[in-house]
Amino acid sequence: MKEISLNILDIAENSVKAGAPLTEIYVDETGDELILTIKDNGCGMDEETVKAVTDPFYTTRKTRKVGLGIPLLKLACEQTGGSLTITSSTDEKDHGTTVKAVFLKNHIDFTPLGDVTSSIVTLIQGHPTVDFLFRHITDRGEVELDTRELRSVLEDVPLDTYEVIVWIRDNLNEQYEVIK
Amino acid sequence: MKSLAELQAIKNKMKDKVVLREGSGDVRVVVGMATCGIAAGARPVLNAFVEEVNASGLNQKVTVSQTGCVGLCQYEPIVEIYEAGKEKVTYVKMTPEKAKTVVEKHLKNGEIVSEFTPANV
Repeated sequence: MKEISLNILDIAENSVKAGAPLTEIYVDETGDELILTIKDNGCGMDEETVKAVTDPFYTTRKTRKVGLGIPLLKLACEQTGGSLTITSSTDEKDHGTTVKAVFLKNHIDFTPLGDVTSSIVTLIQGHPTVDFLFRHITDRGEVELDTRELRSVLEDVPLDTYEVIVWIRDNLNEQYEVIK
Repeated sequence: MKSLAELQAIKNKMKDKVVLREGSGDVRVVVGMATCGIAAGARPVLNAFVEEVNASGLNQKVTVSQTGCVGLCQYEPIVEIYEAGKEKVTYVKMTPEKAKTVVEKHLKNGEIVSEFTPANV
């Protein structure tokens, strides 16, 4: 992956596939680390599956025998001296998965974050019926988008309506402009 | 700043159109967005389709959606076009520029862009 934002798009897709009504995406860039957290309230995984997902030869899909999403994220953060942790629960009352990747920003092998706006827009466009909370914290300020808030304004107008997608993209870009 | 008031205005404008939208979707553009697709550049391809379909005024007829791995990872980004009563058309190794061409030729004028199909790439 050329940008961490592409890993975000890829890993968040797993949350949607796990049936999560809400996927929370946090990027904390304060200090020398970039901490990416993707937290969902999907079906969760049992202990054995959690161990298996970092293996590139583990996948739930049927078209191919490899699953590279998590291994690529693991590689991207570990090559900077960081780490990947996955916690998950299938508990009836509190199920879901949290993937946390820590990157050391000053390492020569640090992949840039890239166009995270584009990833968030793509996620919403592809999955307009589930919710996403995105928060990016930097030393200069914060960018936030919560589709639940948008949904309450839009009522039955779908989130993947072109005009809404453009609004989301412009809103995020303007928020980034402020903290540039 | 793009405000919630503006979003409210979009909602008011779109409300009447919602009914229309539900009956549409004669043509479906499906972009592969699994790890393989994303790594190969599917994100800008998808966004180009979303942009171009709307810029060409085709949004009542064409829906752009995402799917997982199609199984031909080495040919990603892959785009499939489904049209009622017609055979599926698969475009491989797509770029945003090629997406523009597909919207212009295939979606607007009904000509299959054969140089982007697997047999010719």
